[in-house]
Amino acid sequence: MKRRNFLTLSAGAAAGAALAACGSSGPSESTTGTGSGAEASYWFLSGPPGEPIRQGAVDRFNKANSGGQIKVTTFQNDAYKDKLKTALGAGQAPSIIWGWGGGGLKSYVDNNQVDDLTDWFAQNAAVKDRLFPASFGPATINDKIYAMPCETVQPIVMFYNKEVFEKNKLTPPETWGQVMELVPKLNAAGVAPFSLGGQSRWTNMMWLEFLFDRIGGPEVFQAVFDGEANAWNNPASLKGLTEIQNLIKANGFVKGFSSITADSNADQALLYRGKAAMMLHGSWSYGIISAEGGSFIKDGKLGYMSFPTVEGGTGDPSNTVGNAGQFLSIYSKASDAQKETAKNFFKSLLDDTEQQGWIETGGVPIVKGADAKLAASPDKDFLNFIYQVSSNAKYFGQSWDQALSPTAAETLLDNIAKLFQMQISPQQFADNMNQVIGK
Amino acid sequence: MTIAPPVVHTAPPAASSGGRSGSVTWMAWPAVVAFVAFGVVPLIGVLLLSFTSWNRLSQDIPFTGLDSWRTVLSDPQLPHALWVTFLIMALSWLFQTPISLLLGVFIAAQKRYRSVLAVLFFIPLLLSQAAISITYKALLDPNFGLGAGLGFEFLQQDWLGDSTLALCVVVFVVSWQFIPFHTLIYQGGIRQIPASMYEAAQIDGANRVRQFFSITLPQLKYTIITSSTLMVVGSLTFFDLIWVLTAGGPGDATRALAVDMYQRGFKADLMGPASAIAVILVLVGLALALGLRRLGGRDASASQLEGV
Repeated sequence: MKRRNFLTLSAGAAAGAALAACGSSGPSESTTGTGSGAEASYWFLSGPPGEPIRQGAVDRFNKANSGGQIKVTTFQNDAYKDKLKTALGAGQAPSIIWGWGGGGLKSYVDNNQVDDLTDWFAQNAAVKDRLFPASFGPATINDKIYAMPCETVQPIVMFYNKEVFEKNKLTPPETWGQVMELVPKLNAAGVAPFSLGGQSRWTNMMWLEFLFDRIGGPEVFQAVFDGEANAWNNPASLKGLTEIQNLIKANGFVKGFSSITADSNADQALLYRGKAAMMLHGSWSYGIISAEGGSFIKDGKLGYMSFPTVEGGTGDPSNTVGNAGQFLSIYSKASDAQKETAKNFFKSLLDDTEQQGWIETGGVPIVKGADAKLAASPDKDFLNFIYQVSSNAKYFGQSWDQALSPTAAETLLDNIAKLFQMQISPQQFADNMNQVIGK
Repeated sequence: MTIAPPVVHTAPPAASSGGRSGSVTWMAWPAVVAFVAFGVVPLIGVLLLSFTSWNRLSQDIPFTGLDSWRTVLSDPQLPHALWVTFLIMALSWLFQTPISLLLGVFIAAQKRYRSVLAVLFFIPLLLSQAAISITYKALLDPNFGLGAGLGFEFLQQDWLGDSTLALCVVVFVVSWQFIPFHTLIYQGGIRQIPASMYEAAQIDGANRVRQFFSITLPQLKYTIITSSTLMVVGSLTFFDLIWVLTAGGPGDATRALAVDMYQRGFKADLMGPASAIAVILVLVGLALALGLRRLGGRDASASQLEGV
């Protein structure tokens, strides 16, 4: 009788496991991180433009190394974040963890999930020295390097529709005062001043990141990041919050912005269809517009510039924010052989073929001197601009939601949504955020 | 407190069932096993998690007593989420019940064109919630949606960007999907009503409206309770639809309990407070289901057909 019960239970458990496997969305293959041998597993994001380039790098590595191979599993963006956290919690993560660095990486470090690579980089100085120094910022936690920067640099820039400006005889704004002067003129011309995919929340956050920096410099957010009490009460922060609400009140953003998601690429569509004059967005928008915007870029209608300065602000106008790169970490519970394979793979990254691949997608690889390769690209103007912005930036800030812990980031995004909805005042925003500083 | 088991004086119907009742209990086992494995065990897990502060990453789960509960219960987000949940529940009940009742009456009649229409009515029920939400989101897009495409001024609202409108859209889309289901329940209920009642009413000279209010509605009492229970308890778990349509926004205008739970658990990595909200959801659901059963009177199993 007992044995039968046990059998029933184990049958149920097997069925449960099978069901759970069905429920996980869309991995093309499933592997566990604790496999045997030197074969290292590697999870990354699917979809163009990155997937074929990432896959290509793995294929070339596997061809060159018969000893330690890399086995790939791909996921969609949101599914990946959930799947990875679940796998880490269950001790089943891949040997190589693709990520965004910063607060997310810190939470892995705090839970001893990833290896310290500081010594490895010291021994392999050549691997480190060819990459942008700024790309190591988000990979560094408590003065130790926990990830290998890879792929491309993606600063946030101001895109604009040249046609709209020419038609209405206006010039793109260089200062915040000019922005506020342009808003009523563009609205009168029937064009929304700024496109914004506000439902995604991090899109709104980019505005605050720049305003804070232009008004008070990187120190304003650094104080929050360092956990100083009441850091959000800084006058520069309150001024930035007030300015953004002034812009919303003046109908600076496209009608219905709070129901537009960034995933739908509707924010880019508003720009290239001439329904909005400008858009603050990541440099990856160039690839989206080039793929979906017809001949918009070919016809020379896409303009781009840095975020306007703010009158009386102390931040350096060369400062920018965005993704200083993408990041690969090594899972602490992988076998030594797997870790060895992963490190060999790191050495092979961003070879000429991979760099060329990223350039063709409108991205700038995080390799020093990559600008030499940009000249041959049909997108060389934009790529050179991104290279200049990234390499000349006095300070390359990380996206706030990625710099902070997931818990603090969620509170931040939540309050940003309310701020943009005019549900809370700048002071209320600061009060709410002060409560979660250091969490 | 005097809780004594009710004294039941019914003789076991051993004679009539002839030994069947003893052997059929095994038939319930597959259902019980599935319920325990997928219902009770996870529920206990969630209850235990609500006394911890697990961040989804660490291998050890620290026990923190009532901390999560204190966090959740003192957070002003909880009353707001409860309010949004009840608002969606009440509005969708008010919207769905009359429509599905009337549609049920309409398709209960044995006419061919009504059967054809009935099939068409059921289509929304067959679609996935995520697909419906994505479609509606595209249709309601303020810049590229139906209103902008057709040029109708009244359709060009900021449907999902205005707090009140977004809530109404959620209620509408939910109702659009579930009205067919409840119509089906009502159709079944109406077909159970004996035709002799209507014949008698006709002889007495009652018109259609009078027949509806004096026969159909009272006879459907338990059907209404069943359908309402499903609506009310079901509305507690609306998640995918709200998540895709509004993601709880604009601001937190449509952040119902289930959405709040997801955001805390899977976005902010606060599994303890998220589990506490899950427990609250279960308790609210149980209380509502029991309350609605009470509405049906103590004798819910009594026949409605007495005196026919």
